[in-house]
Amino acid sequence: MHELSIVMSIIEIATTQMEGADASEIEEIELEIGALSGVEENSFEFAWKQAVRNTPLQNAVRKINHIEGLATCLDCMIDFSITQLYDACPVCGGHFLNIKKGKELKVKSLVVN
Amino acid sequence: MCATCGCSADGSVTMHIPGQENNQDHNHGHDHSHSHGKRIVDVEQDILQQNNLLAERNKGYFDAKNILALNLVSSPGSGKTTLLEKTLTDLKGQLTFAVIEGDQQTTNDADRIHATGTKVTQINTGKGCHLDAHMVLHAIQGMKPKNDSVLFIENVGNLVCPAMFDLGEKERVVIISVTEGDDKPLKYPDMFFTSTLCIINKIDLLPYVPFSIEKVKENAKKINRNLPIIEVSCTTGAGLQEWYDWLKSKVLAPELV
Ligand SMILES: Nc1nc2c(ncn2[C@@H]2O[C@H](COP(=O)(O)OP(=O)(O)OP(=O)(O)O)[C@@H](O)[C@H]2O)c(=O)[nH]1
Ligand SMILES: [Mg+2]
Ligand SMILES: [Zn+2]
Repeated sequence: MHELSIVMSIIEIATTQMEGADASEIEEIELEIGALSGVEENSFEFAWKQAVRNTPLQNAVRKINHIEGLATCLDCMIDFSITQLYDACPVCGGHFLNIKKGKELKVKSLVVN
Repeated sequence: MCATCGCSADGSVTMHIPGQENNQDHNHGHDHSHSHGKRIVDVEQDILQQNNLLAERNKGYFDAKNILALNLVSSPGSGKTTLLEKTLTDLKGQLTFAVIEGDQQTTNDADRIHATGTKVTQINTGKGCHLDAHMVLHAIQGMKPKNDSVLFIENVGNLVCPAMFDLGEKERVVIISVTEGDDKPLKYPDMFFTSTLCIINKIDLLPYVPFSIEKVKENAKKINRNLPIIEVSCTTGAGLQEWYDWLKSKVLAPELV
């Protein structure tokens, strides 16, 4: 359950940013999570509920921007969407890929008060 | 308080949740209500940034001391500790070793390493399912591995969680054993994606299990095309020489640096 560590880091980042902005409340948090980031949604949800209690994120509205996986086949030089790291190029069937999108794991923004 | 990373850890691994402790004296001296009102803060910060920064720090330490750090990852029981015992014994006198053992509860593995006469530090993660750069930072502060040594870090037995956490290692070695099924790479793609060597262990058991070496290689290459794969048996010693040769090829001769 590395998702718990992930949530802990989010709480830490958000709290630091809130304090830096001289605010005392977080109303909203916007996250970016890629399809290939290795975060499992159910585990993340479970960890979130447990961990945000009694933190500034307790009542925050959480927005998640899910980023789809995008890869370039380095043999054909075409882009295509992927859902797994082992997906093949639809043209040549090869696996010589460069992952361009989908690995994101970010705190984008906060709405504080 | 730890001067290097600013944490308040005393070596035991405990999770620290900011804001959850002594809320009382945490008012920022800002009670005189001049509210700035509702506003947006652009953060744009990688969630793993803290770990990655500490990993960079570990990496700097390893580079400066010409230490080859390897992160060993696998499912529980694939043979990480056995492979280490073999390696430490067979290459004794040829290379200088140090070991960090990550385990949820016991010191069993560290005791096994200690029995080979190698310097070892145990990290117990408690409920934690992976090592992180912060734990390793503290472990190396305590053990002070020698210049030009090889540092093995045995991660917690788990093919999922450790994949995300860079420890600052130079090489990540994923070990699978033939009793686990040849679809392991497809089930745990992140680990195979981030590894720099794959060891297939327990090949002495191949006659007894339906495991295709060809299949597992094919699956691994779908995820990581250039992943070298070495087949070994820690029990019979088959293939170990190839692993030792790989290891030695990664050790930088100090005079060349
Ligand atoms: N038949 C056979 N058994 C092996 C081999 N290598 C290791 N084993 C056995 O596999 C079992 C687990 O080995 P360990 O080295 O403890 O595995 P580990 O990956 O360190 O396990 P954890 O630290 O619990 O994750 C032990 O009983 C070993 O004796 C091998 O090459 N062949
Ligand atoms: Mg072990
Ligand atoms: Zn292609």
